[in-house]
Amino acid sequence: MSDSTTVANGEMADAPDARVETHAAHPPYQRHHFESVAQQFDATNFAMWLFLLTEIMFFGGLFTAYLIMRNWYYPAFVEGSHHLSIFWGTSNTAVLITSSFTMAMGVWCAQMRRKGGLVLCLSLTLFLGFVFLCIKGIEWHGEWVDQHVPGLRFTDVDFLHPSMDAEVYKEYQDAPLAPGMAQKTEQYFFLYFAMTGMHALHMVVGISILIFMLFRAIQGAYTEGHFTYVENFGLYWHFVDIIWIFLFPLLYLVSRHAK
Amino acid sequence: MTTEAEAHATEHHIVSPKLYLGIFAALLVLTATTVAASYVDLYVFNVVVALAIAVLKASLVVLFFMHVKYSPKLTKLTVISGLFIFLGLLSMTLADYMSRAWGRW
Repeated sequence: MSDSTTVANGEMADAPDARVETHAAHPPYQRHHFESVAQQFDATNFAMWLFLLTEIMFFGGLFTAYLIMRNWYYPAFVEGSHHLSIFWGTSNTAVLITSSFTMAMGVWCAQMRRKGGLVLCLSLTLFLGFVFLCIKGIEWHGEWVDQHVPGLRFTDVDFLHPSMDAEVYKEYQDAPLAPGMAQKTEQYFFLYFAMTGMHALHMVVGISILIFMLFRAIQGAYTEGHFTYVENFGLYWHFVDIIWIFLFPLLYLVSRHAK
Repeated sequence: MTTEAEAHATEHHIVSPKLYLGIFAALLVLTATTVAASYVDLYVFNVVVALAIAVLKASLVVLFFMHVKYSPKLTKLTVISGLFIFLGLLSMTLADYMSRAWGRW
């Protein structure tokens, strides 16, 4: 590992200007403490994965809380979940998966040094990211209108008298919850907002970095052999996609038939 | 060491667009499947099916979109150890909650 530095120092002892001579040819983007571009790539890739592991632990805490709360207040979580829109949830899943695909294609374009393709892929990914947040906004607006926002605008009347929300009642025929349990639907919506909110925050961060990368890509960056940045951002974007892949069934789907 | 590194650099695996497209199609089909499955009453298995499909989708993303299938052993080990620690923490937390005399766990 330390071969390069040892050689450089040894040479320097003999000739003062040896540093210039022993400075082996390397691409301008290779940092001097790395032996090769491949090593540099692997090291940054490893670091990115370590960061993603901390993210797994972070979201893992939320998922664990959801699992425990759902088992404690099962009827409340089931009926709370009946008020989410499977249509919007499914659409958003499709949007996010498509954005992951365009991001993967962006990495391929960077690897193949196709500037136009990279700019197109990053633009599409950016656009789909915005579409996701817009759909999420439509859903959150619906919850605001229905008074299902814990702490700010919440009432459990929909769960004490389920027939009041005709649309949901027609589909699920939910039984009224006891007052103590009906209160606990606030827990469900609290976790719903915490999880989708944290996910959306990650999308906002991703979108900001995408805008930065798009400007850089238009100027010709990433398509001259040094695609590490695009690759590692891709890892982040796919990770956010994976979180949604688990959020979607757990929040929207699994309680459809539960009683 | 250098030769090995150079060899790695030259054979840096590039996943083909065709494969990306296949994975993309598989992910969309699996999404449709999980939504369709949620409309069928499978009793406790609704959760099992939904989570199994989610794990399958996540594996496809990790292996192909995130290139773990073509990554060095270090990356593979990192991913697996991360999941292992998460599952360990999860099961220990659940074991704690379940073993307490709280009436309902």
